[in-house]
Amino acid sequence: MPILEFTPSMLLAILSEMGLLVLAGIILLVDAIGRQGSRRNLGWLTASGLAAILIAMFIWGKPEASEGLVLGGMLRHDWPAFTFKILLLFAAAVTALLSTGMKPFGDRGEFFALLVVTVMGMNLMVSAADLIMLYLAIETTSIPLYVLAGFLKGDDKSTESGLKYFLFGAIASAVMLYGFSLIYGFSGETNLYALAAGVQAQQLSPWLMGGMALLVIVGFGFKISAAPFHFWAPDVYEGAPTPITAYISTASKAAGFAVLVRVMLAVFPAIQAYWAAILTAMAVVTMTLGNLLALAQKNIKRLLAYSSIAHAGYILIGVVAVNPPPLGTASMLLYLIAYVVTNLAAFAVVVLFARSTGSDEIEDYAGLSRRSPGLALSLLVALLSLAGMPPFAGFIAKVYIFAAAVQSGLIWLAFVGVINAIIGLYYYLTILKVVYLYRSDDEDRRIAIPGAHAVALVGCIAAVLIIGIISGPWLDWTLQAVSSWF
Amino acid sequence: MDFPVLSIITFTPIVAGMVILCLPAHRKREIRILALVAATIALLLSAWAYFTFGQAQGDYRFEEQYAWIPALGISYHVGVNGISMPLVLLTGIVIFTGVLISWNIDDRPREFFAFLFVLATGVFGVFVALDLFHLFFFYEIAVFPMFLLIAIWGWKVTREYAAMKLTLYLFIGSVIALVGALAMYFMSGLNTFDLLALEQAGFSTAFQRFWFPFVFFGFAVLGGIFPFHNWSPDGHVAAPTAVSMFHAGVLMKLGAFAALRVGIMLLPEGAQFWSPLIIILATINVVYGASIAMVQSDFKYVIGFSSVSHMGLVMLGFATLNKDGLTGAGLQMFSHGVMTALFFAVVGMVYDRAHTREIPKLGGFAKVMPLVAVGFIVGGLVSMGMPGFSGFVAEFPIFMGLWQKQPVAALIAVVGIVITAAYVMRIVRQVFFGKMPEAFEGKVGGVTTFDKIALVLLSGIMISIGVMPSLMAPMVETGTEIILRLVGGV
Repeated sequence: MPILEFTPSMLLAILSEMGLLVLAGIILLVDAIGRQGSRRNLGWLTASGLAAILIAMFIWGKPEASEGLVLGGMLRHDWPAFTFKILLLFAAAVTALLSTGMKPFGDRGEFFALLVVTVMGMNLMVSAADLIMLYLAIETTSIPLYVLAGFLKGDDKSTESGLKYFLFGAIASAVMLYGFSLIYGFSGETNLYALAAGVQAQQLSPWLMGGMALLVIVGFGFKISAAPFHFWAPDVYEGAPTPITAYISTASKAAGFAVLVRVMLAVFPAIQAYWAAILTAMAVVTMTLGNLLALAQKNIKRLLAYSSIAHAGYILIGVVAVNPPPLGTASMLLYLIAYVVTNLAAFAVVVLFARSTGSDEIEDYAGLSRRSPGLALSLLVALLSLAGMPPFAGFIAKVYIFAAAVQSGLIWLAFVGVINAIIGLYYYLTILKVVYLYRSDDEDRRIAIPGAHAVALVGCIAAVLIIGIISGPWLDWTLQAVSSWF
Repeated sequence: MDFPVLSIITFTPIVAGMVILCLPAHRKREIRILALVAATIALLLSAWAYFTFGQAQGDYRFEEQYAWIPALGISYHVGVNGISMPLVLLTGIVIFTGVLISWNIDDRPREFFAFLFVLATGVFGVFVALDLFHLFFFYEIAVFPMFLLIAIWGWKVTREYAAMKLTLYLFIGSVIALVGALAMYFMSGLNTFDLLALEQAGFSTAFQRFWFPFVFFGFAVLGGIFPFHNWSPDGHVAAPTAVSMFHAGVLMKLGAFAALRVGIMLLPEGAQFWSPLIIILATINVVYGASIAMVQSDFKYVIGFSSVSHMGLVMLGFATLNKDGLTGAGLQMFSHGVMTALFFAVVGMVYDRAHTREIPKLGGFAKVMPLVAVGFIVGGLVSMGMPGFSGFVAEFPIFMGLWQKQPVAALIAVVGIVITAAYVMRIVRQVFFGKMPEAFEGKVGGVTTFDKIALVLLSGIMISIGVMPSLMAPMVETGTEIILRLVGGV
């Protein structure tokens, strides 16, 4: 793939990254010079800044005809990257809104600035086309995330969360970097799209290639919290501030999948059967383990952590159902979109509930349907969408993933997914049972819903319904977007 | 037909449900009135469609089609044939009577009616579906409100267990069938989920034989086929009255209908191959269901198992794959739906006043609520297949069809009818006649006007069809012919 000559218009490819950098600066500035009162609105400022970047992306940032490697081959400006960027900006905006006014981080400029920096890192991740760029982007994302996870300094769990995330992340990162160095050593190239040719020219043994792929998968497997690299997820999710949990479980995972699929398709097409087999095994273990462990959870953040592990397993089905293109990859993209908006909606409810009651225990959700019918209904929509029920986004995503599996002849894998969907339904229904059926003593104490949170929640629920009911345009979009990867 | 009657029928309930959700919770009266208005609209429109059905032309009438997800060849495609039209009417009847009977629900009626209406939309959507994806979409919409309806408003003792069991059973069935449906989609190579196109796909015999059990039994779980019937009596018993009516009256038909529509009509050779197994299982349904009903002491469990037994007759009718059997099965779906709705309504009325369903503890209820007793007796006569009632019109052709196909099964299944007669008479004697226990003397009041309207409507329909089979039988036969063309039988 030829690298395009530099033209100023290429800067549009990094429109979002530039915007995010400016936004981070503005946030720090407002934090430094603003009065106490204005700091309370930092969440709104961040969210509207992200929304402005999102709109600007739609107006100027589309790849259109200029799809290809840009800026010396560091990035690839293409439709999948564009789609992922939109998704990441959306997730970050929701996270910012959910953090607004939350004690003790909701009025801290560095919190929002770090958040914006992670979005920038992820934006680079999803479009990176060079090993060096890719590694830098991953670290730009990860290091602020470690800080954010441990942001509640007085809270042991949050500190543990930050430290654990950092240790696991550092090891995974080191293994992945070792893989990168091997790839570079054997091919003499760092550009992802030149690598495949370089590796092929060396006529390496498939075993060596497979080894390199495996090392890289370790790093990405950590990001997407796929088994057996998922051990950090429950503790980190439980300890981190809840909006950050929402963010890690959605945006970070989506960016991880984007990188995984891009690298596998671009660098290792020759050993597709090999990595598909590894990822298939990971998919089976991930979804089964995630769902089984979720059954026993009493804390809703931990439960959603295991459920998000399980969802990583379903999404991997879409990744391994790569032949014949593009249905499998497209289904992965659509599933991620549906999963991100749905999971954000679920976490929005968790944030709001904990804000009023200070509890994340599932048993405390008793009587929620009487305390706050609207919140209960939102949770119902989010959980049923996660369970894959129509008319919500999760249903169309589930059908699409299973369709891809059946089309690739992986009918048995579809059945494994089906069995897992049933286990999933069981524990989601268990929560709904507590919410709708059980009574509690403080049923008449209403749950306050501030404006920022209401906007975030309504936005996510609306997205869940729109994707679930008017599914046609989204399917078309994903099919067309991923076709530039093949 | 320009007027999109089927879409309006389908979406009236869910729109009403959403409006109800937006009302303040304490405006219970307005909520109920709105629910009744929506249910009346759905009933009147489905009745209108039913009676103008004959004027329209073609296999599928009142058709509408819009693109939905063009990339996968999915469209919003609705239309009814002679088999699904009565089922649409049945749903209208049951939702209407269900609202009447639930009038006095006092615990969060807003959520109750909203969920009930979501369920109704799901059911309507399946009966009118002419697209496989569309069918699944609404099928699963119909499944999940059930969980909440049973778990929240159900019988306290078993509701959590029953609701979870029912939901998981049905979900398992539907996702397994979904994989089968996806296999059909890719195998056909037509890039369409349209049922009418897939019917002509010409799947290979081996493919049909392999996938038929997944699809057929996946749906037949909801139809209560043995040995997957286990969820149904528990679910019926735990559910609140209106939901039991809906559940046994309509939802089980949903499973049977989908099994017919997707299983038998898309994979006819598979159906031929597996029909002996279905006959065996369905015969067990009929006899075993009736036998268990005979020995139950809980009034509602008797009715729950009688549904298992009667749904066996529907499955038997399907398995014959001949004209008589299929027509009978189509009629039986309607007849049993109305009958069992009536039964559960009666059980609910008795239980609300006696606070027990133990048959030995009840007695003499005919004195305080004569109309309820009459209603139950009518339902009982229907379920025994007595001439002059809709049960005869439905069951007689099933046995005729079965005799042509498999006389031994017909002989065994007839035993089920005898047992049915026995348990119905036992209930009539024990609950409605006999001596009223002293505990109830003077404490049990009559039923409300709304209850009476519901009882009269349901009984009246069963008698009308029984006396004038021409109201329904010719319509169902037009639907049967479509199936026979696909199956290649006589």
